[in-house]
Amino acid sequence: MSDLSNTVALHEVAHSRAGDKGNRANISLIAYVPEVFDHLCRQITVQRVKEHFAHRGVTEVFRYELPRLGALNFVIDDVLEGGVNGSLNLDGHGKTLSFHLLSMRIEIPRALSDKSKQARSSG
Amino acid sequence: MKGFQVAAQVVYVGCGAGFADERPDACIPVVKTLSGLPGPRYLIFETLGERTLALAQLERRRDPALGYTPQMESFLRPILKDCRTAGIRIIANFGAANPMAAGLKVVALAKELGIANPRVAVVQGDDLLTYIDDNVIRSWKIIEGIALGDAELIAANVYLGAGPVVEALRQNVDIVILGRCADSALALGPLLHEFGWARDDWDHLAAGTLAGHLLECSAHVTGGYFADPGFKDVPDLARIGFPIAEVSADGSIVMTKAGNTGGRVSSRTVKEQMLYELHDPAAYLVPDVTLDITEVEVAEVGPDRVLVRGARGKPQPPTLKVTLSAEGGWLGEGEITYAGPNALARAELAADVLRTRLDLVGIQCPTRIDLIGSISSFDSDGGTLRQRNKFPGDGEYRVRLSGKSPDRKMVERVTNELIGLYSTGPAGGGGVRRSVVSRVRTCSALVERELVRVDIKILEE
Repeated sequence: MSDLSNTVALHEVAHSRAGDKGNRANISLIAYVPEVFDHLCRQITVQRVKEHFAHRGVTEVFRYELPRLGALNFVIDDVLEGGVNGSLNLDGHGKTLSFHLLSMRIEIPRALSDKSKQARSSG
Repeated sequence: MKGFQVAAQVVYVGCGAGFADERPDACIPVVKTLSGLPGPRYLIFETLGERTLALAQLERRRDPALGYTPQMESFLRPILKDCRTAGIRIIANFGAANPMAAGLKVVALAKELGIANPRVAVVQGDDLLTYIDDNVIRSWKIIEGIALGDAELIAANVYLGAGPVVEALRQNVDIVILGRCADSALALGPLLHEFGWARDDWDHLAAGTLAGHLLECSAHVTGGYFADPGFKDVPDLARIGFPIAEVSADGSIVMTKAGNTGGRVSSRTVKEQMLYELHDPAAYLVPDVTLDITEVEVAEVGPDRVLVRGARGKPQPPTLKVTLSAEGGWLGEGEITYAGPNALARAELAADVLRTRLDLVGIQCPTRIDLIGSISSFDSDGGTLRQRNKFPGDGEYRVRLSGKSPDRKMVERVTNELIGLYSTGPAGGGGVRRSVVSRVRTCSALVERELVRVDIKILEE
């Protein structure tokens, strides 16, 4: 790890929205600045996302890359404990899970997390 | 150019609702903005969820004059006359389980508002239970969810595409009322009608579908469901403007919003909505086309104006999707709050008492206990994350107990145990609430296109 690296929550460098279809969620992960995209690709792997949601009984995770949008799209199977028609969870749609994804950590050069912060405030 | 049909250069499509319980006044500024624009203008309303439609079917069984979107009148009353005056045509899936009843209601409303000679198209045929034997429907291949077994089908509605919308618009109607259709088809229909794109012009069909996808969740693309203070700030959510798509004949889209409203349209809001409820970005299936957004680019071209282009299309899927619904048992929930000093310990004691009680009284159905204020919505039924983490002892925690069963009495007994904490639980519990609701199970199957019989009726005064 270089001195210039730091570990931050994904929430600092990306934004996200979750959608549901049955017992399957899709959660987008969109970089605030294009340079962060490669770091997302390298570090936010299928395996890590699967582990992050493992307590919910996830069976499979698919990851799609959208470099032109600086975004990843995760499709997570069986993460909704039955989904809106079967779940006992207060949030049966899993709408809040975008922010569970954003609580994952990423190691990123300080210059890039600073740049993300600046980009955020400029709209 | 009189006498010649000139294809439009830009078509404006606004969205007035993205779900049934939308703010009823949000479409008014959209109509105002559209009224000041030149050329063809349309307003779409998307008000149907999977569960909504199943409930509408049950309502129609109780009363054959109902079963359409109950909020329809509150959306239409303030704008119907202005739309007619400005020549803005409306396309809506208000029909739900009963498009004809909705159509008749719209004609009556138009008459009441003094609109001369209203013409309303009613699209039927999505409700397969009206013309296909339910045992045949049950035999189709399930592609999502779990087969419903022998359960009685409440609903089997197929997602129609943009074809019926085009056909209806050709008959010079003010309003098109549908039941189930692909949400994006509400916008693709008028674009096909105005631009005359060929039905196998996949890239243009893809662009029109993308415009519809960006519009279909209303404010989701204008800063609604987006704000995260200090990270993604959005001005004036209380007056958020609903979206308008300016679509050009070449398929490029400028996403913007109603004038003099709050909210924001930015690259970020557009990207979040573009990926919303989308799985494989190279193959988003709708009845008319397979949309590929992997080469789509977005660029901010002005205040609250985002250019979206590069959608690519592949041939439409050979079959259509149908959602099947059956009764799904009961969900019971009860909650009680503990606040102040030692609140966490009291909430945990309440949870322990509940676990013991559920056992003692012989509750057999699945149950779950949450401590809202610790970790709950992210957690599993077993409370894995809560057990792994520490939380402040003082504060405010809300104990929530839920249970599900095909037997209503069983879930009522579950919620009784939570209510019982009022006299038998830890000190200082308050704010007790209970709810018992019925559920709907759904799954999706594929149907051959040839089996679907679409019927369009024109209603006049």
